[in-house]
Formats: sequence, structure tokens, C-alpha cells
Amino acid sequence: MNTLSKNRLFQRNEFWLLCLLIVLSLTVGAVNGAFWSANNLFSLFKSTIVTGIFALGVFLVIVSGGIDISFPAFAVFSFYITVKFLLSIKYTGTILLPFLMSMTFGACLGLVNALLLSSFQLAPLIVTLGTGSAVTGFLRAFVGTATLSNLPQPLIDFSRWNIYKKTLADGSIVSFSGAFLILLVLAILIHVMMKRTTLGRGIYAIGGDEVAAKRVGFNVKRLRLFVYSFTGALAGIAGIIHCSLIRLANPRDLEGAEMEVIAAVVLGGASLTGGKGSVAGTLLGVALIVLIKGSLILVGVPSDWQKVVIGLVLITATGLTAWRSRRSDEGGRA
Amino acid sequence: MSKTLIKLTDIDKSFGAASVLRKVSLQLDEGEIHCLAGENGSGKSTLIKIISGVYRHDAGRIELGGRHYPTLRPIDAIREGVQVIYQDFSLFPNLTVAENLALSDQVESGRAWVSWQRVEAIARESLALIGVDMDTSRLVEELPVSGKQLVAIARAVYCNARVIIMDEPTTTLTDREIASLFALIRRLKERGIATLFVSHKMREMLDITERITILRNGEKVAEGRTEDFDEAGITRAMTGRDIRSDRYVWNGVRSDPVLELRDFTRTGDFQGLNLSLYKGEIVGITGLLGSGRTELAETLFGLRNTRERPGGEKNSGKILRNGREIKVRSVSDAIAEGIAYVPEDRLTEGIFAEQPIERNLFANSYPRFKNALGLLDRAKLRELSSALIRAYNVVASNLKLPIRTLSGGNQQKVMLARWISTGAEVLLLNGPTVGVDVGARFEIYRKLREIAAGGVGILLFSDELQELISNCNRIFVINRGRFTHELDTGALQEDELSALLGLSLEEAIQ
Repeated sequence: MNTLSKNRLFQRNEFWLLCLLIVLSLTVGAVNGAFWSANNLFSLFKSTIVTGIFALGVFLVIVSGGIDISFPAFAVFSFYITVKFLLSIKYTGTILLPFLMSMTFGACLGLVNALLLSSFQLAPLIVTLGTGSAVTGFLRAFVGTATLSNLPQPLIDFSRWNIYKKTLADGSIVSFSGAFLILLVLAILIHVMMKRTTLGRGIYAIGGDEVAAKRVGFNVKRLRLFVYSFTGALAGIAGIIHCSLIRLANPRDLEGAEMEVIAAVVLGGASLTGGKGSVAGTLLGVALIVLIKGSLILVGVPSDWQKVVIGLVLITATGLTAWRSRRSDEGGRA
Repeated sequence: MSKTLIKLTDIDKSFGAASVLRKVSLQLDEGEIHCLAGENGSGKSTLIKIISGVYRHDAGRIELGGRHYPTLRPIDAIREGVQVIYQDFSLFPNLTVAENLALSDQVESGRAWVSWQRVEAIARESLALIGVDMDTSRLVEELPVSGKQLVAIARAVYCNARVIIMDEPTTTLTDREIASLFALIRRLKERGIATLFVSHKMREMLDITERITILRNGEKVAEGRTEDFDEAGITRAMTGRDIRSDRYVWNGVRSDPVLELRDFTRTGDFQGLNLSLYKGEIVGITGLLGSGRTELAETLFGLRNTRERPGGEKNSGKILRNGREIKVRSVSDAIAEGIAYVPEDRLTEGIFAEQPIERNLFANSYPRFKNALGLLDRAKLRELSSALIRAYNVVASNLKLPIRTLSGGNQQKVMLARWISTGAEVLLLNGPTVGVDVGARFEIYRKLREIAAGGVGILLFSDELQELISNCNRIFVINRGRFTHELDTGALQEDELSALLGLSLEEAIQ
């Protein structure tokens, strides 16, 4: 087993992503030394938290053979209602309730996705396009459009939670956000679930061949309910963290975030046809996107060009994967 | 006295008003290799689904392993050791061989956690049961068809199969792979595992099976030991008519060939091919997989680019149509020169499965139906389509239905009609009867002869020797990209041709 994984190291998407990540970091660092400052690195890590949690959810959905573009809308809905409710009761308790609330809203909305999918046999792209839009509209029409900047105290406290904090000689403060631990714990949890549990293997199985999964004895419908609700719950968590970190509950937030997240997941090696991908790859994909977005400024690339670069990296990376797999196909046939 | 595993008595099944099975009986003993034969629509698949518990029978008696099942559920069938290997194998392409083998055990045992040691152990054990060695860490999608089939069989055997039902298991296998599949089936037999083989390939039925049950129109028309049958007998039972396989005789004159190849060479595929095809001839071209057979067909139709490969021999030689040199660089070149092609893999290359029959019929000839305004002349289309459907004997209730609703034979007839109606003078046919049942097969042969009689030259690329011998007046054997023999079929016997090809099936097994 070990020798095999060694032989396959060079075939693995994760390996090449890591190389790309290192090369990119070295290049940026060489052009602008400020890249390696603790301040910059910590802020890069901080930027991966929300995108990363979203990406874990999208990763699950894509592996199961589906797609979800409703999650930013669900995230905004969940955190905005949560914040509005907590403000109305002047909540001052622990951070647990806001998290639980936002997560539950997200999970319920995800469940709606799954139910629509399985009862009408619709394409997930259409369903999630629809629910995303409906939820956004509902929020703005019935709940409010005002940006709330006076968050409840527990959320403000949460945003100040740091694992590491130091005041430098020049008086500036560097800190490493504790919320990163949440991403890490979720990633490990999902990794273990996908690799070591029947549930996780079932998600890979339905992404590979749904009919075959049914014949083996998986309850495909229930697996799908789980995947979409779980993704919704993750969106709720990501939403409340996002709102806490920027200290703002803005109902117009996160619009268009889905494209970046899907790009990261696909870059991480998940196949849009389902059944393929890994948590490690997903995190690397997120890191790459965040690095590109956060560092191009440092090397003097104007911000409008970030999108161009992300687009090019996405096409190149997925193109390379497709090219490699086609080549190994031909090798197998000969 | 061996034990009876499956005993069906007087099974009836109908869907709504359509009666699919009428008083069908079938018996399968331990270790028996049994063939269930019949044309498409004869009720074979329905019968299999009844045995595996997918469909309920309306009347009759089902006994599995000596037990009577008034209603048989899929889980009962599995517990009695009935395992069906579907044509698509029902595997997970994205998972490893090991996991594919172990997954049903994982689900069935209700374990929440996966132990990868256990998965590997189950995989090893499953493969050992069928005596096959394979890299269990490979993804199933990387395996050739035969490898996927082995994984499916290993999985079935591991699930305590006592009867393995295989639906058309040899359709996409090469001769060598078929030989090793047969060897495996015989090994399973020694362990008491019975195989129910669903097929309509004569050679295989006679070769491997011990007993045959033949269905026609939902009724059992014959049953018995294989040695009591011959090809003609099986065909008669399956189709209900005597189909004479008289040979094709060509009485034309050898002048002014419609198609001529002179030293025709394509780097890496074939070299120095010389051939003249005359009006009304049906010329067979046969060779093993990879001999250059399919490559030649595709090159003549412009499907392979004519770019030279680095380091190879140069592409050279000439194609002449009616004595005039032509270049075929693309499919549209070929069509413009009156060359038509019916591909081997009809489903993916030839038909538009979801499109109506009528559109499939005219897919390549719409420009001919322009009216004065440059729009399609609907009336003319309708008129011609019904005329073609009649002329080609296509059995179709409605031309607006998607072509996938037709049987393989009828799809093939639509393909022929499509090309001949455009006035092609050279017809290239690649494996024209793959996946077509016997009755429709003979109709296709008859149609080919009619087309040839109309002055078309036909090149028939095939590896079904009997088909070649009875329908061609000449046969070229291609081996490693060269024509090694040119044979007149007048007195040619199948074993002579088979010897030339070096693919005698018995030899391959031993």
C-alpha cells in the first residue's frame, strides 16, 4: 500500500497543487518581501476561513454528483436572521447559541434543496439557483435590507478570539484568528467521515454510479438529504463566522461568492461529474485562490487582473488534470 | 444426481394488455452452464428480472434452492445465491477494485466505520475465489471491459453466488478475452456454480453451454442438451422460420471499379493495400482487433486525419473513385465522393438516440429538401420517409418517436436507408450486425444484397466469419496492416478462414 501511494504521489492532484502553491509563494515573496511578514501571512490564513468552510460543503455536494450554488444566499439568510433575533432579545450569553441558530437555519434550507431535488427529480443546478434566489429575495423583502453594524456582544468577542497575539515594536498588532481552528476541526471531521465511514464512502458511491449504489444497498435518497443539509449547515456556520469577523451583518453580502468557492473546489481536484475529490485537495484549492487574490496586490498586479488570473489558473489546472487522465487512459489501452 | 437450483414452472407475465411471457418453464441445476436464447423482445430480460425478484410473476411457480416462493423479492433471490451481472456491470468507476469488491459487504454488515485492511482482505479473497490476480488499488474506470467484468464476477461469487446470470457478456470482448471468460465459467462450474448465459451469438451458445432454452414471443419453443442442436436448428427455433443462408454470388464484370486502392498506406495503421471494388460486389475485409481493419474503414470515410506521424512511414498511395483520383481528408469529402459509412458502434457514432426516427433518416441529407424559399419541404420529407420505412422493412409505430425505441436491427435498417437514399455508390459497413438479433440480421443481409444489386459497391468490415462467407463474393484478410489473403467465397469453409485468421477459439482456450 505504501509503495503504491509513493508511486502515485506524482499522479496526485494534491501534489501538484502544493508545488504550485509553494512556487507562487516564493515568487510573490521574492518580488515583495512584505509577503513573508507575520501580518500578511496571518491575514491570508484568516481569509481562508470562510471560503474554506463553504468549500468543504460544496466539496461534499460535488462528490455526491450534485452542485450547490445557493449556499451564499443561505449563509446570508442564516446569519442575518440570527443577528436580528439576538439583537431583539438583547442576547449576551455564549457564542454557542448564535452558531447553533445559524447552523440550523442553514441545515433546514439545505433540506429544502434535497427535498425539491428528490421529489421532482430536478437538476441540482436549477433547484439551487431557484432556492438561492428565492431566499435572497425573501430576506430582503420581509426581514430587512438594513446593514447591522452593532452586533451582539458574543459575536464581537468571537471576532477578537485569537490563538496568538503580539504587539510589535512599532505599535502595530499581529494576531492569528481562533476561528481558523473551526475550519481545521471541520476539515478533519469531514476528512475522517469521507475516508473512514460507510456514510462517506456512500457519498463517493452515489457520485460514481447512483444505480449501482442502490443495488449495493445504499439508501440514495437519505444520503442526498444528508449531503445537502450538511452543506446548508456549513453555510450557516461560515455565514455567522463571516459576519462576526467583519463585524457587520449586511443582507447584500457574499453575492457571487459561489463562483470563487466552486472554482477552489474544482481546482482542488473534485470532478464536476461526481465521485472524485478530497478534503486536502479542497483546502489546497482554497489556499491557492486566497493566495492569488491576496497577493497579487503585493507584486503590483492591479486588482481587476485578479479575476483574470484566477480564471486562467482554473482553466490551466483543470485542463492539465483532464489531459493527464486522458493520457493515462491511452496508456492503459495500449 | 445434482441439485436443482432454479425451477420455474409455467410462468406468466404481462404488462397491461401486453402478454410478455406465457407458460415459460426453466430449470437450472448445480454447476450447469445454461443458455437462454431468443431474439430481442422474446422475453429473455423479463424472465431474468423475474428470477432476480425485480418483477413479480402473474402466474406459475418459482422454486429457488428447493423452496417455493409465492412472491419473490430481490433480497430472497440474493439469499438464494442468484447474482445478475448486468451489461453495464453496475460498478463504481471512481472507486478502486478493492472497494468495489467490498462495498456490498460493508453496507450489508451495517458497519459504520470502514476498515481498509478489511476491504483489502475481502478484495483479495474475492479475486482468489475466481482465481484471478489483479492490482486492487486501481480505479475501476482504468480497467478494460474484460477487467470490469472480472470484478463484477468476483463480487458476485464473493456474495455466495450459486447461479450467475450474465446478460450478453461477450458483446464487447475480444476473442482472447471471450476465451478466458469461458475458462473462468468452467472453473466456476467445478465449484458447483451454475451460469445462465443470455446470448444470441451462435458460436458461443454451441461452444460453452450444456443446455439451451429458447424463447420466442414469450413462449418456450425449444429446450434440450446443446449437442442436440445445430446452428440451423437454433435459428429456426428463435425466428420461427427457416432462413436459408445461401451464398452471395456476383455476376458482374470486372471493369471500371467504383473504388480502387493503390498502395494505400497510413502511417502505423496499414501499408501497401491494393483493392478494386466493382459495381454490385460485396467484399469482406476481416482481421483481428488491431489488424488495421477498423482503421482502414475509418480512413476511407475521412474519420482519421491524414497527418503523418513523426518517425513513421509516410502516408502514400491513391484512392480512385470511378478511375479518378480523390482525396478524403474529412467526412464531408467522403460524402461528396459518394462514400457512405455505417459505424461499428452504432449507438455512439451512428444514431442520434433521442431524436425522432425521421430526423435520423435524413440527418445527412436535409439540404436536398429545400423548397423555393430555402426552407424544408415538409410534405416531401414525410412522403419520402414513409416510402423508405416501407422499403427497408423498419418496424416502427410512429416516425416521431426517438430512434432508441427501435430494436438494434431496426436502427441498423434506418442507418442503411439514410445512406442509400443519398445516392452513395460505395458503402462501408463496419460490424453491421453487432447487437442485432438473428431475424433482423437476415433482413439486413437481404437488404445488403438488394443494395448491391442496385449497383452499389459494398465493403463489409466484420469479424463474424459466417456472415462474411455467406454475404461476400470476395474476402480480404488483413493482418498487421497488410492484406495477407484474397479469397473467393465460392467454396470457402468457415474453418479455413478461421485458420487463416489464426483465431480458432478452441486453441485460444487451451
